[in-house]
Parts: sequence; structure tokens; C-alpha cells
Amino acid sequence: MVEHGDIRVVHRGGSKINFRKPVITNDSRFLLCASGESVKVFSTSTEECIHDLRGHTDLVTGVLIKPSNHLQAFSCSADGTVRLWDFTDGILIKTYVIGYPIFSIHASPHHEGVIFVVTPMQGDKRSGELFQLVAVHLPQSGDQLVEARELSAVLTGISSNPAATVFGRGGEYIASANGLQLEVYFFKKQKAYRFSLKEDNKKGGKNTFTCVACHPNDDCIATGHEDGKIRLWRNFNHKKEYTYSTLHWHHSAVSSLSFTPEGTNLLSGGIESVLVQWRYNQENQRDFLPRLGAAITHIAVSPDGALYCTSHSDNKITIIQSCVKVSAVIQGLVKGESVGTDLMIDPRSKSLVLNGKPGHLQFYSLQRDKLLYNLDIVQQEYIHESGLQQFEVVKAAFDASGNWLATVEERKQKGAELELNLKLWAFDEQTQSFVLNTTISAPHEAQITGMCFSHATDSQTTMLVSTSKDGHFKAWQLAAQSQTDADEGPSWSCDFVGAYHGLVPECCSFSADGSLLAVSFQEVVTVWSPASWELLTTLSQPPKAIRNLCFGRLSCSKYLLGTTDSNLLCCWNLLTCSLEWSTSMDVSLLLADPLSENMAAFCCQAGCTDLFVFKPSEPRPLFSQKAVCSGMVTRAVFAPREEMLESCEESSQWLNRSQLYFLTQYMDLMTFTTKTEEERLMASSKQLVIDDSVAMTPFYLLLGKHRQQQQGGDDPQSGVSAERTPLPQGSVAIKELLQTPAHVLPSTSFLCSMFVQSLLISVTDSREESKHAEEEMESEKEEEDSEEEIESSRTRPEQQAAVGGGEAAESAAPAMTKAQVRELRRVKKLDHSWLAGLLDS
Amino acid sequence: MGEFKVHRVRFFDYMPSAIRAMAFNSHTERLALVRADGALEIFNFADHYFQEKVIPGQDGRAVEALCWVGQRLFSAGLNGEITEYDLENLRPRYTVEAYGGPIWTIGSNKQGTLLMVGCEDGTVKMFEILKERIQFQRNLERQKGRIVSLSWHPSGTLIAAGMMDMIRIFNAETGHATHRMLVERGVGASKSREVVVWSVAFLSDYTIISGDSAGKVQIWDGLTGTLVRTHLVTKWDVLCLSVSQDESSLIAGTSEGTVVQFQFISSTVDQQEEEWVRTRTFKNHSHDVRALAHTETAVVSGGMDTQLVVRPLLDKVEKNTQESAMRKIALPHRSLVCCAKKAGLLLFQFPDHLEVWRVGESDGHGKPGDSLPVKRKPEKLIQLKGKGGDHIYSSALSPCGEWLAYSTVSSVRLYRLQYNNISITKVSKLPKDLCLGHQLCFSSDSTKLFASSRHSSVIVVALNQLECKYLHTLKPKSGSRQPVHLLCTSEDGKWLATANTDCEIHVYDLHKRKLHCTVPIYSSCPTAIAIHPTTSHLVVVHADQQIFEYSLVQKEYTEWSRKLQKQGLHSLWLERDTPVTHVTFSLKNPAHIILHDMFMFCIIDQSLPLPESKTLLYNQMTLRSLPEQERIRHSHAFKICKNFKHVMCVSLLEDHSLVVVERPLLDMMSQLPAPVRQKKFAT
Repeated sequence: MVEHGDIRVVHRGGSKINFRKPVITNDSRFLLCASGESVKVFSTSTEECIHDLRGHTDLVTGVLIKPSNHLQAFSCSADGTVRLWDFTDGILIKTYVIGYPIFSIHASPHHEGVIFVVTPMQGDKRSGELFQLVAVHLPQSGDQLVEARELSAVLTGISSNPAATVFGRGGEYIASANGLQLEVYFFKKQKAYRFSLKEDNKKGGKNTFTCVACHPNDDCIATGHEDGKIRLWRNFNHKKEYTYSTLHWHHSAVSSLSFTPEGTNLLSGGIESVLVQWRYNQENQRDFLPRLGAAITHIAVSPDGALYCTSHSDNKITIIQSCVKVSAVIQGLVKGESVGTDLMIDPRSKSLVLNGKPGHLQFYSLQRDKLLYNLDIVQQEYIHESGLQQFEVVKAAFDASGNWLATVEERKQKGAELELNLKLWAFDEQTQSFVLNTTISAPHEAQITGMCFSHATDSQTTMLVSTSKDGHFKAWQLAAQSQTDADEGPSWSCDFVGAYHGLVPECCSFSADGSLLAVSFQEVVTVWSPASWELLTTLSQPPKAIRNLCFGRLSCSKYLLGTTDSNLLCCWNLLTCSLEWSTSMDVSLLLADPLSENMAAFCCQAGCTDLFVFKPSEPRPLFSQKAVCSGMVTRAVFAPREEMLESCEESSQWLNRSQLYFLTQYMDLMTFTTKTEEERLMASSKQLVIDDSVAMTPFYLLLGKHRQQQQGGDDPQSGVSAERTPLPQGSVAIKELLQTPAHVLPSTSFLCSMFVQSLLISVTDSREESKHAEEEMESEKEEEDSEEEIESSRTRPEQQAAVGGGEAAESAAPAMTKAQVRELRRVKKLDHSWLAGLLDS
Repeated sequence: MGEFKVHRVRFFDYMPSAIRAMAFNSHTERLALVRADGALEIFNFADHYFQEKVIPGQDGRAVEALCWVGQRLFSAGLNGEITEYDLENLRPRYTVEAYGGPIWTIGSNKQGTLLMVGCEDGTVKMFEILKERIQFQRNLERQKGRIVSLSWHPSGTLIAAGMMDMIRIFNAETGHATHRMLVERGVGASKSREVVVWSVAFLSDYTIISGDSAGKVQIWDGLTGTLVRTHLVTKWDVLCLSVSQDESSLIAGTSEGTVVQFQFISSTVDQQEEEWVRTRTFKNHSHDVRALAHTETAVVSGGMDTQLVVRPLLDKVEKNTQESAMRKIALPHRSLVCCAKKAGLLLFQFPDHLEVWRVGESDGHGKPGDSLPVKRKPEKLIQLKGKGGDHIYSSALSPCGEWLAYSTVSSVRLYRLQYNNISITKVSKLPKDLCLGHQLCFSSDSTKLFASSRHSSVIVVALNQLECKYLHTLKPKSGSRQPVHLLCTSEDGKWLATANTDCEIHVYDLHKRKLHCTVPIYSSCPTAIAIHPTTSHLVVVHADQQIFEYSLVQKEYTEWSRKLQKQGLHSLWLERDTPVTHVTFSLKNPAHIILHDMFMFCIIDQSLPLPESKTLLYNQMTLRSLPEQERIRHSHAFKICKNFKHVMCVSLLEDHSLVVVERPLLDMMSQLPAPVRQKKFAT
């Protein structure tokens, strides 16, 4: 076994953005939120992720604007460091090493040079449960890496929940709630007051504190409770004469509370997914913002009070303008309790596909770390009610080209029969999404256990095989278009029903070329020919049932691999129909990389999961890593890379073509990354730091490059440059201009001159150019007009050619010299490309 | 504890009437409370909230407001009269017509020299309080619209008056209105309705606080007449306000049954500037809270649901003590049931009528806990309507069941009953001395009637078939002016014991017709007394739950009583919050004392050891599960039965069957009118 130091398991995309309270910057332009091991900076207006502040090596547990400088932000992490960032430019300014895992961070403008962090209690056996609030004096030092060792405990035995600790008016006191006790510590008097509540009152309400908020100007502490009550505490500088009033609207736990900066309103949220705004001192008057989609987990208010922002349990951040209008929604990867479908990769968009919102499939771009869209599979209203059984998407499969998507939804109600629907979706080029083609209700009599498409890309017909607990497997095929319903298009129907000795089929798998279908019936693997539906052979490795079945790819396509419940990994050679090799390991998941021969096996051992990557033909594993994560891994996928990685190291070669993503027990999406890859990522962010004072905005890139190249062009003093150089980079500039979010661009008037300059090619060519542009415009119009009526087949190709690339123009000017023609062609090509881009957009 | 055949009586449809007004006297710690039927009750807050005195009401006398002036108590009502009560003789002392139409409110200045009433016709009338009476002094400037509420500034110079749609401030000296503060009406449909300022409070810093029918509690500046702050408290009415003595806390009662507390606290820790902030909400009532009193440590509230609730403020009392427990006083602290032991008859006293019932009969036998088949149903024999408008104060049925007596504020009536064919005849010629009877009691052989009269004296009247004859008057030597509230005779007819609200217990020798002895005075008021039929020991239970046994022969506390005092009563016994209202004895077992309060009845077995402080007091259930030999070891003197709830009377009949009269609170609640509609979550 080989251990590999340079491959690491990391969070890379799809991580929680609702883990901690987001922070809105002072100018309300950016939103900072902890996301896995990095801090993400979003634009509040365009929802776009602007920066990904990387640097922490463990989960980021808190983000905070530096009270003394509103352009910098602190972040703390479980890796024991606090980092100071310039979030507008995405630069790491300083790293303070605390040395203990940090669970949350607090600061107040009235405590200069001190931050307060929550760490586990030292020297306590139950340190996993008890936490303390520690004041950290930040040393004044110019170094990048600073050790902050001047710690002093302020409060002990507090909750690790960051919402349960908050600074009071003017930083004079800090309030912290834990369990049934509220503790208020006054810094000046160095005195703490504790107030406790009874566990539950007579009416059955649970009094446990869930969150705390302090009024900015008055001495009033608002606390949220398990039973949905909000208490407003006053007079808490007295041991006995404290008093509180109770507000009750939420029916279950209040998860977050926040005062607006002026203290005129109190915001609260909970599982009801309603943002409630209470008027301070007139609590009878409240406003509601309902239907926010999912339970509210955090509420943040911008320092000017113009924006509210709520985090939701479905990994979403909603930005709300003055409690009336949802202005933006930042959606992360939706994670439910479990994933019914496997992790899949959409072959077209290369996005990750899995269960999202109830009854939906989500398409999540791993490269951009952004939810592309949700596909409503069930197409039924979801009713929020506990204990109500609803349709759920349990299986989904894509065919190799991404033209077809098959989904299975089921609903099992107590005492009622299982309801099953098999739906087939065709990809619609026009709308760029999937359209329902066929719904087969009750495709099987019992639960569907497996489903797969035939992989063969060349074959005309696509085939879907589904196996079910009713003892049958069925092959579905796209029926040839019948005469009767010609207008409806082809639909799917059952082609073949297979069974084997009345056993229950579990897994099914097509070979890479689609010529073989393997279906496992408990301990027997049957191999069928899909062309003739002939049972070719049976393979068997008693005594236990087959758990996973997988064909080898590419050069290893003669191998069929299977795992059994009796901790056996078997590899059959299909040419000899015999067992090639077998090894004893408890494989929970076996999957093949579609782009290479590699196979990955996740083995569960002693509460941890180990990963083995191997080729079926080779006895030695390519890669193995022990204890990848705790718990069992049941969902994983190989995602093809956009560009191949060139790694020469043997152990990381398997990651060159595709990346392996997997879901842990706690629904964290993890992946493997190599050192080189990480270095590359770091380099791209480092580059920003090295560049001098100018902020690394896309606009800078745009102008900076422009300037550089201009300089480069001017230096040789060549006369040709005047007409030639602006053009190629002009188009690049425009491309960037069009792709960059509008809010980061300078004003249009500023860009205009540059834009116009890019249009000016030369004195001689420009007239012809513009003429042609006019021509094209006309023809385009014509085309639009004649789109409906297909009558003149003669003119149409011409027009198409005109739009396509300007070949028509080339033939129209035969008198020019070859050089001229070449020049013109090039010029036109370039010009058209951006113009077309403009028109498209 | 022995087995009894129990008559579980639930046909006493007693219904207390709604609490209408309240006044708390912080000097004497007495709470005066008036009910919708005009009955006045005095509770002693210093002595475990014991209901000391009751003055029955009158038909058609609706009291709207109460006011203490020193020790004197005044009330005013919609009949337009001001009444002063004679708390010693438990009757209205005099009534003065105000000539201003119905009176809505009454108040006095801090010095106790002037009384003012707010009338329907828009006048505020001032009365001078003289020693024996009150005298009309003058009218303040007459306003349009009724005066609903009044409050005098502590300095006595300004008066705030709540009216319809506005609050007026009067100069008390000139009588002119100086400010007129308009109160906003409610929103929506109630916009067209006038808003009633139900209550105002004038604080010493010239802040006026008002509660109105639009559900607002408003804070005004009384000097400038400007609105400072509005708290919308309820969708319905804010009916009453009460301010604590130190003016740091304010409570408001609403139609929803909630009491909302406001506190005068600084908004920031170190600042002196304070403001009124709404803090706690108490919901102890199902219906309107019509009356409130803010004592030093507690919020006292009462309303339509007839219960008096004392809710201690936890920031003012020690936590988890008896003081911090909430009290609900739902049933009167005196017996409204009289049981004729020999005849098996029950007399129920209602405010305006009496009912005589014969208990049912059963010859079945069963296991303990079984309900026996009823052979003869209980029947109502007589319903006797009270004469005149006066309500019944006290009533008694002789043990043989042949005599029935009741008293009102003005008279005593005696009736003779015959049961073979039911007839009732009034005894017409009563002795002249028998005109007042706070308590009535027959001797056990039904030959004498005892009636307590003024200054704790007792009139003895002899009864026979033909006539009733005044015998003599028994007078205590102490010269107490307080009325007798408990009266009992011994079985052998030798002793008569009286207890008055000065906590004195006098025992008279009826044969010698003179005072036999006075039991040493204990600080707490006796709530039940009884004389043992065989040993002639007097058993006294006090409001603080202490039990004393006094030997009338030796004129000293008995050995058992001393032992009990030395060892102390069990803490759980002392923590009970309802007083023992009846004591009786078992004829079979002379060592047994039977007593009851609202939630339990108890047999004290004097032959068994007293419970230690650590032993389980309520041990009947555990004893039942133990084998016979173990039981003796674990049993102690207090045998408590909690099977019955809301007990009004427990009495032992001659055939050794127990009569338990219950009045379940749920039955009482179901007779109340529907409360205001409130949106309840998930309905």
C-alpha cells in the first residue's frame, strides 16, 4: 500500500454557505460568508461570487468586518488561526495564530486591538461540550504571520453557537446564553449576572435559549427560545430586579434574532421561513415577509440598515431590501437529509446532478460553484408538513450523450400501495433544458432498485434498463414514430421483460460498447445480450448477494467487477467467463471513471472510509488512502475535468482526466486535490498580491492588459501597429467587457471611448467595413422576417453564409490582391465575431 | 384511615358573582373587594389572604367603585349613592345620594379629607369626610359626557378625569378644567364608537397614565397635557390600572383576561432617565379583568371569572418560597353548607335563596373506591326565597332538621319545617333582641338558637313547639368590637365557642350562662373551631394552618397540642393555600378529627405518631400498596384524602356516612358567559 502525501481531501465547491451568519459590508455592496474552507465575497446586487478568500486549512467558523477598518475582515477557522483580509481585493493581510480551534469570533469597536474568540475549554475532559470566550490581544506587528498568545478568558462554559453570544450597547457588556441560562458580563465592573429560566413551563413550552441579540442604543437584550418565544430583558444589571417581556409569534424555535442598526426594529426568523420585523417598544406592530422558501438560520443586517440578509437551511442566502422585497438570492448546493439519486454528471453541462429541493433535481456547476438550475421532476406542490409522505425522486440516470434523462419518483404512504412513476426527459436544444417526454406510471410493481442507460453512443436507439424488487427487469426503448400520433413525437415503451428464477434483481450495468448487459440476481450475475435478449452466461460467487456491479472501461472492458455483501470484490473476465481475481474487502461503493480504466472503491472499515483506485487489469492499486472521512461513503462520482491536468506523478495520475467527488455521512461534498493543483490555485490568488497597489478587478485586468500591450506595441515604433494592434485585443476587451458583471465595470462613458476606438480599424477599410455591417444588418432583418415562411431555398444559404463568417463577402470581391483579401478576411472575421456577440447578447 | 360510605354531593349549584371593584389598604393590608351582586368581602393579606368579613349584597345595588379612607371604606354605584360600610357590624352604615345620576368612580385625596365621585351627568362632586358622615362640598366645572374615572394628584392640587374620548385635568382648588387631552379612537370599525377612558392614574411626577376601550395604555404629561407614549396592549378594552406605591410599576387589566405590567426603568444601565416600558404579561383569567390592586409584592386581580388571583412579583419576593406561590381564591372561606346530622339533610345557602336537600340512599356494598348504586335519589325538599332585596348573610339548620334560620343585614328569620307532607311555617313572633345575626347556630338537641350580635355578643333564644323566647345575651369581657365569624356548640349542650376577627376565641358555659374562658390569642385568625363531643376539647384551626387543641375543663392546651406545637407541623401541610373551613369528629373513634379545605379532607388520628419533617405527608397511596404489618409502621397522624376537589363541606352523618359537597371549578366556569373572542394559534 502506498500513502500519498500530496493528495488531500478538501471541500471544493458545494460547501455550506449557511453555516455561519453572513456579513454585509459597510457600503452594502458585498456580502461575506464562510463557505467550507474559504470565505466567499458575493456582490449583493448581482449575486456573483467576486472573491474566494482561500487560506484556511479547516472549516471557516466566522467572518467579521474589522471594527476599526471597514475594508478589512477577520475570519476564524477551526485550524486555529484568525486571518485578516482585504476583501475588496481578496488579499490576505495577516494571519494570527491562536493555536486552538476557534468556533466563533466577536469584536466590538469599543475594544481596540482585541478580538474575542470562542475556543474549547482547556484541561477539561468534556472539552467537546464546554467552550470559553477568550479575549485575544492582537499584537502590532508588520509580519504576515503573527502569533497571538496573549489570551485571557472572559466567560467560561458558554455555548459554541455564535448566535448565542453578542456584544451589548457600546461594547460595555457581553451577553451569552447557554442552555437555560443567560449571562451578562459587564467589562467595566468586571461583574457577571446570571439569569436562569425553568426548563419548561406548565404549558409545555421549552425555555432553552437559542439566540441572543442586543439593542444598539438601549440596554435591552432580546433572546430567542426553543418554544418560539422572544424575551426582551431589561434592568439586567440587578440580580433580582431584572425584568423581561415576552413576544410570541413563532410556533417553534427562534433560530436568529437581529436588531436593526438604529434599534428601531427587531428581526426574527425560524423554521416558518417567515422574516418577522417587530417594532421596538411597539411590539404589537409587526411586519412579515413570508414564503422565503426554507427555514431561516441566520439574519444579518447591513450597517446602514438598508439591506437584510437571511440564510436558509437549504443553503441559500436571500438579500432583502428594507424588509419588503427580495432583491437577490444566492443559492448554494441544496443538501437534504440524504441523496436518493446517485451523484451524476450531466454530460452536456458537466454539472453535478442530485436531489435538490423536494421533488427537484438540481444541476450544480462544480467549476463555477454555482447552482445552474433546478428541474422540477415531481411537478406537484410541496406541502410543508411533518409526517406527510410526498413524492420523492429516488433514481435518475442520464444517457451517454445527455439527450435523455430518466427519473423515478415514488411515494409510500402508510397502508397505501407504493406509487411509482418513471419519467423520461428529452433535452430540448431551444430552451436548453429537459422537457418531459414520457411518463410511465407504475413501471414496476415494486420499488425500482437500479436503472441505467445503454452507453453506446453510436447506436441509433437508446435503451434504458430498470430492475425492480418485483423480480423483473425491464428494458425500455424509444418507440419508432407511429402513424397515429405523428405530431406527438416518439415516446418510450417497454421492449423486454426479463427475469431469472424468480430472484430479485439488484444492480444492472451496460458494458462500455452497449453490447452486454449485466444484471445481478442476488448472488448470481446474469449477462444478457441487449440485441437479442439472450441470456449469455451466468457468473456467480456465493454465498452473499451482489452489492455493486461495474464494467471495466477502455482497455479493461473485458472485465466485469462486482462486490458482494460478504466483503468480496470480484473481477470476472468476460472472454473466459471465469473469475479473474477476487479480494476480500468491504466495498461500500464501486465506480468506474468514464474517461479511463480506473475504478474507485470506497471501503468502510471501523467507522472510517478508505479509498482504493485501481485498474481491473493490474494487481496493484494506483492509489489508496486510509481514513478519507469518517462514516460510510455511499455516493460518489467522477467528474471530468475541463482541462486535463498534467501530473507526472504516478499516484496522482488518476486525477488527471477527472476528479472524484464524494458525499460524506454528513452530506459534505468532498473531493481529492493534488499538490500541483493547489499550487496552481494558490498561484492565481498570489498573483494578485504581488501586483502593486491597484486592485485586481476584472476592470483592471481589462485595462491593465490593454495598457501593457499598447506599450508593447508602441515600443518598436512600427507604423503598422496603429491599425493592427487595437483590433485583436479590442475584441478581447469587448469579450471581457461583456462577460464581466456590470457592477464591477466603470461607467459606460469611460468605456465608450475605448469601445469606439476598437471600432476604428483604419481610414481605408472602415467605410467598406461599415457598409458591410449595414448589409449584414439588413440581411439579418430579412432573415428574421422570413423565418416563418420557408419559401426561397435559393437565398437562404447565402444569408446563412453571411451570418456565419463572411465567406460570401470574400467571393464578392475577386478583384483584390491575395494579400488584401487575406487582410480583409481577417479583419472581417474578427469584427463579425464581436458584432455577432453584441447582437446575441 | 377507615372506610366511609360517602355521599358525593355535586348538586350545590353555587355560583359566586363576578368581581367588580377592588381597593387595597396598604396600612392595614386589607383588600376590599366588591362583587357584581353588591357583596363586599374583606381579605386580610397579612394573614394568609384570609377572607375575614363578608357583607352580603342587595338586589339592584351595583357597586362600581370602592375607596379606602384610612380605616373607612366607601363605595359608589350606578344607583347614584355613596355608601359607607360599618365593618364592625357588617352592614352599610349610611347611604348618601349624590344627585348626579349613576356614579362611575370614587376617589379620595391623599390626606383623607375629601371624597370625589364622577357622575354620569358630567360632574365631579366633592364630599367632605366628617367623623361620622360625609357632606357635599361642591361641584367641579361640569363637563359634557360622563366622568368614568378619576385620579387625584398626590399633592391634591390637580385631578385627572377620564371621560368619553378625552381626559380632563381639573384644578382642585378652582374647580376649573385646565387641560383637555383627546384620546384617539380605535381603528377600523370601532372608529365610529366613542372611546371610554376606563381608568386614569395621576403620578406624583405629573405623569398621567390612562387605559381606554381602544386597548391602549397611554402615558401623558399632565403639566402640558401632551401625549408621551402609546402602548397598544390589546385589541379589546383596558379596563383597569393600578400603580404600585413607589410608582415604579404599573399594571393594566384587559378584556382578554391578561394583566400587563409596565415598569419605570432606565433604558440604559448608567443613565438616570427612566421611561415606562412594557414588561411582563400575566394571563390568569379567562374573562375580563375588572379590578386590580398592586400591592408591594404582588399583583392582585379579579374579574368576570369570579376568582381572585394573587400573583407575587418574583423580583420582589424570595424565589421558591410559600410567598412566591400564586394563589387563586375561588371559593369563600366560610361554610355555605349546613348539615343536619341526625336528619341527613343539607342546607345550601345562596345569596338570595336557601335550599334544603335530603341526601340519597344506597344499600349496596362494595370495595373501597366503588361507586354504589343509588336507591333513593337526593331530592330538593324546600327552596326558600329570601324576603326583601337583602341577600342572606348566614343560615343554619337544626340537627333534627325541624328548624331553619337565616339572617340578612337587617333581620333574622326562623322557620319551622315539617317533612311528612312538606310544609314550612315562619315563626312570626321573634324576640326583639334577635335582629342581627352574623352567625347562626342551633344547639345539638335543637332547643336553642344562638345568634351572634354586635360587639361579639351572642343572643340565646329558646325554641319549643309554640314559641321562641329570648333567654339571655352572652358577652365577652374583652370588649372587642369585631364581629363573630365562627360559632359552635358542644354535643352535650354545655359549651358554646365563638371566634371573632380579632382572633379571640371565647367559650361560654351554657349551664351557668356566663363566659367560661378565653383561649389564648394566637396571631392568626381562626378559620374553623369545634368542640369534641366526649372529651370537651376545643379544636381550633387557624389561617396559617396551625392546629390547636384546648381543654375546656383544664383551661389549657392539651398534651397532644403541645406535642404538635413542639414538633411543628409538616412543611407540606403549612404550604397548603386554602384554609380549613370545617372541623368535625368521628363518633365511632374519639381520637379522630375530621377537617377539610378546598382540595382535600384529612382525618387526624391523635393516637398515631405525628409526621416527621422528612416523612411523606400524603402517604395514603403508598400505604395502600404496603402489606398490613408495614402499614402501621409507616402510618402517621395525618391521613389525607385528595380524592375530592373543590370541597365546600365535609360532614359526618349519624349513620357514620360522610357527606362531601363538591363544587367543581369547571362547572362554575361553564356557567360563565363567553369570553371575548381571541385568535388562538392553530385554530
